[in-house]
Amino acid sequence: MSRAVRVAVLDYGAANMVSITRALAAVGAEVSVAEDPAGMAGVDAIVVPGVGAAAPAMVHLRERALVEPIRDWVRAGKPCLGICLGFQLLFDASDEGGAETLGLLAGRTEPLVDAPTLPHIGWNSVEVVRPHPLFEGVADGSYFYFVHSFVPAPADEGLVIARTTHGRSFASAVARGSLYGLQFHPEKSSEAGLRMLSNFVGLVAAAPGTAARVA
Amino acid sequence: MLARRVIPCLDVDRGRVVKGTKFLNLTDEGDPAELAERYAHEGADEIVFLDITAAHERRGTMLEVVRRTASRAFVPLTVGGGVRSVEEMRDVLRAGADKVSFNTAAVATPELLTACAAKFGSQAVVCAVDARRLPDREGEPVRWEVVTHGGRRTTDLDAIEWSVRAVELGAGELLVTSMDRDGTRSGFDTELLVAIATRVRVPVIASGGAAGPDDFVTAVRDGKADAVLAASIFHRRMFSVADVKAAMAAAGLPVRRIQEAIA
Repeated sequence: MSRAVRVAVLDYGAANMVSITRALAAVGAEVSVAEDPAGMAGVDAIVVPGVGAAAPAMVHLRERALVEPIRDWVRAGKPCLGICLGFQLLFDASDEGGAETLGLLAGRTEPLVDAPTLPHIGWNSVEVVRPHPLFEGVADGSYFYFVHSFVPAPADEGLVIARTTHGRSFASAVARGSLYGLQFHPEKSSEAGLRMLSNFVGLVAAAPGTAARVA
Repeated sequence: MLARRVIPCLDVDRGRVVKGTKFLNLTDEGDPAELAERYAHEGADEIVFLDITAAHERRGTMLEVVRRTASRAFVPLTVGGGVRSVEEMRDVLRAGADKVSFNTAAVATPELLTACAAKFGSQAVVCAVDARRLPDREGEPVRWEVVTHGGRRTTDLDAIEWSVRAVELGAGELLVTSMDRDGTRSGFDTELLVAIATRVRVPVIASGGAAGPDDFVTAVRDGKADAVLAASIFHRRMFSVADVKAAMAAAGLPVRRIQEAIA
């Protein structure tokens, strides 16, 4: 008999943990909160959430000894979803406080210039530029909730699966293998957001390593 | 394109939604989490809880309400009223809120905005500006003063100057309420809104005076508001969130229509 997909949400003190954990549970995942590397043991996927600034977030991740375990996890090809700040942290560096970030995706996080309002707060449309199972069942141009002032500029445009415009166009979703990043908050984006989280959990279940474990 | 937000506001007293006029004649209207979920299903872009519980009756009731709401309504949640410190804000965010709105506490201790923005990011810090028109003086432009304690106390702050300062201090959003229009159903004070919106870069949420869907259109088109908040017209079921969004869409404003969300 198969078991539910196990997802650990990393808690490094920078996020509303209730919404993301309950939203993942609502789409059928078995969710735990990891405050240290031990919390990542035995799970099928990790989620790096987060709002706020990059530099203090990296400090908190280091304090909890999570930096290398996250890098090892992703380099091993295991499923990982970065949300908002957690998405930005996947890249090399951030202009926000001049922080060196995780370096798992090439590119740096830059201020959202030319924006008519800043922070970029609210529901904005997400245009799919490369069909991907993460967006299955989600209408192209659907609205998702954003709250940020910086955006990563991926060096490899081929990784971008969706774009959004606020002043200028930026990458709002990327995917490389089992590594996914979303600039918006699916856990705050009502039905469309829950659908994406459900797709993520489905992708995790289908990932080779997980499939062997849950079968 | 960034959608203009429609935000129902719920007054919460001792863990229950209440409605009344200017904090009087309060009647129990139900469970905040249940109502928030209903609004989210109807297309609310965000929910605001205004905690009107008297300070001596608090003791974490609101945190439990926030926790229950964040567990079932997957839209942004803002909590206003009663938060006076970085620690209290942390508790509200950890319970599942995305933003905290400061009004009286920010006027009394402006550095609180800076401290909270440094700790949680300015996107989580909303400054609520309750503004009342000052008597017209011939030949002078109209002015508004900031009032606190639900309008019971005046300050010597100019509402426009205070708005600009609040943003400099760290507020990432302004919730602007016209105390002249609040509860009157005579439309938003678009002069006030545009005076503030043209001076700041952060989003401005219009509040106070909604009578019908056309007022939401006016607040965005003429008031330059990014979002519009209302309480009674939604609670009394005079109009639904969908009615308001239909009017906004018909006026050419970008809105998130829920029926389009899922293919």
